[in-house]
Amino acid sequence: MAARTLFDKIWDSHVVERLEDGTAILYIDRHLVHEVTSPQAFEGLRISGRRLRRPDATIAVVDHNVPTSDRTLPIEEPESRNQIETLERNVREFGVPYFPLLSERQGIVHVVGPEQGISLPGMTIVCGDSHTSTHGAMGALAFGIGTSEVEHVMATQTLLQKPALNMKVVVEGTLGAGVTAKDVMLAIIGTIGTAGGTGYVIEFAGSTIRGLDMAGRMTICNMSIEAGARAGLVAPDETTFEYVRGRPFAPQGEAFEQAVAYWKTLVGDEDAQYDKIVELRAEDIPPVLTWGTSPETVIPVSGTVPDPAAETDGAKRAQLQRMLDYMGLEAGQKIAGVPVDVVFIGSCTNSRIEDLRSAAAIVAGRHVAAGVRAMVVPGSGIVKAQAEREGLDRVFLDAGFEWREAGCSMCLGMNPDRLTPGQRCASTSNRNFEGRQGPGGRTHLLSPAMAAAAAVTGHLTDVRELI
Amino acid sequence: MDKFTVLTAIAAPLPEANIDTDKIIPARFLKTTKRSGLGVHAFDGMRYNQDGSEKPDFVLNREPYRKAGILITHDNLGCGSSREHAPWALLDFGISCVIAPSFADIFFNNCFKNGILPIRLPREICDALMDDARLGANGRLTVDLERQVVVRPDGEEIAFEIDPLRKRLLLEGLDDIGQTLQHAGAISTFEAARARHQPWQPRIVID
Ligand code: SF4
Repeated sequence: MAARTLFDKIWDSHVVERLEDGTAILYIDRHLVHEVTSPQAFEGLRISGRRLRRPDATIAVVDHNVPTSDRTLPIEEPESRNQIETLERNVREFGVPYFPLLSERQGIVHVVGPEQGISLPGMTIVCGDSHTSTHGAMGALAFGIGTSEVEHVMATQTLLQKPALNMKVVVEGTLGAGVTAKDVMLAIIGTIGTAGGTGYVIEFAGSTIRGLDMAGRMTICNMSIEAGARAGLVAPDETTFEYVRGRPFAPQGEAFEQAVAYWKTLVGDEDAQYDKIVELRAEDIPPVLTWGTSPETVIPVSGTVPDPAAETDGAKRAQLQRMLDYMGLEAGQKIAGVPVDVVFIGSCTNSRIEDLRSAAAIVAGRHVAAGVRAMVVPGSGIVKAQAEREGLDRVFLDAGFEWREAGCSMCLGMNPDRLTPGQRCASTSNRNFEGRQGPGGRTHLLSPAMAAAAAVTGHLTDVRELI
Repeated sequence: MDKFTVLTAIAAPLPEANIDTDKIIPARFLKTTKRSGLGVHAFDGMRYNQDGSEKPDFVLNREPYRKAGILITHDNLGCGSSREHAPWALLDFGISCVIAPSFADIFFNNCFKNGILPIRLPREICDALMDDARLGANGRLTVDLERQVVVRPDGEEIAFEIDPLRKRLLLEGLDDIGQTLQHAGAISTFEAARARHQPWQPRIVID
């Protein structure tokens, strides 16, 4: 057999049937369901009198528009309440396993899946949310789907898919102080652009990636979609197996050992061909952030905002100017020192315990700058409880941060946590599109440590000055 | 799903690249539990002022483009969130064909699944079609899926590529699920084989 990549191996092992035009019926191992993209799918099933084929391969959780303040109070926004209640009705009617709002296991679906051992190496994992790519960190093929596909998976446990092209992004070397997985991924997106990965599944490899913990790998895979890729993945290794061991829904005991024996085969063959290879040196990556309204507008924190006049393509020049105007920045301005109004530490990109520790290390002994609203929204109830056991909540609260309940929160502003027009936010989330965090809001994407640095200084800051 | 055969419609030119799904339908409008009714919020940020009044310059606020059935843009249309609300919003507005030099993967797929035809054409051709579109009611375009051509107002025909399976599903207005369920036997066989070879694969059960 021809040499195969990791993606090829996972793909091949899930093909149920190949149709005439090359489309495959691909078997799906895990279907993650949340309140925003599922109601119309359940409605579709109901209309056509269909059932869920594999409720035991499905998990539902509420995350996108749950309030992150006191959960014992009724949900104020009627439409949010309606979506949450609709999901609860649907999971009962269709017999879907569910982590309810008041469960400690509730959280952002992409934090909950790996944390519970639901997302495992070698699996195909889908969810009606583009950041499903996060689960690729487990060594799984994980990607976002639309609501029609959600319904398709519910009814058939499969998807109609064409194979993707293979891309490998190799990062070698040792990261400098203050440089995190988020900086690595932003640097990658800055290099290949938001369409650089279109049509590809990206495998992340190299000593820098191998050296990351699972949270860091999840941050990287999470933002594969911002690089245009269908999915991102990292070959499973000892770090992965140790992470999975003992998780509630993972195989246990003898079954775990059998699983590991299989998972160890999940590496690309030595001479496997990639359609595209991109290489970066860890030493070349400083702490970075975005200045504009596209995730590829990445600059070093020591850098300056680009000048549209330097752009020769007229359409691109106009777009840069529009971004500058929207972001309220001047061409050539130094990015460090730009004052922020809000700091958001959270989202499926950066709300795991490791992220909170890294932010807390900067915050400890300091105070949120006057006039800045800073909040931490843990990725799940489990992360929150763990942080509280470690005393991180005290670090944040004593410094003047808000300490919230788990959910997507200000990542997309579907719940009451949103920016007001013109507000500038240092955010650990993954998208900085116009209005993403609230109409007129201005988002700078950066790492949890950099977000913490912005909170305590009141402006975009090179975190290395604080360590 | 409605069949897509031949569409003759006013085309709206929107010469921008990277129009993401947040722009097509901002997240705060995703709270519906139905597929319909999102058309009034399509392109909300570009279309309305903060106070809810219309921005008179935005193409879809101008005649005759309020009745546009085709949208033409620059590269990477539909990037960002995978929300299917984006095609629903377009469809509810009345747009059932989008033309661009390139599309984001998920959005491209989602269009087909909702009866919208996405057509990839080179940038120069998109620009030429935008010039046609600027003629307004005199610049109607015809999209003939069976023959795989876009017909310009002067009668010139521009051919486009489309996956044969997708073409058939659109022409027949067929949904994928029914198609796949014809292979239910193969799915059961696959499941049985996996249960034999990978008995450790856990099931999700919550008591
Ligand atoms: S945290 Fe943000 S990006 Fe992640 S699933 Fe929620 S809304 Fe999507």
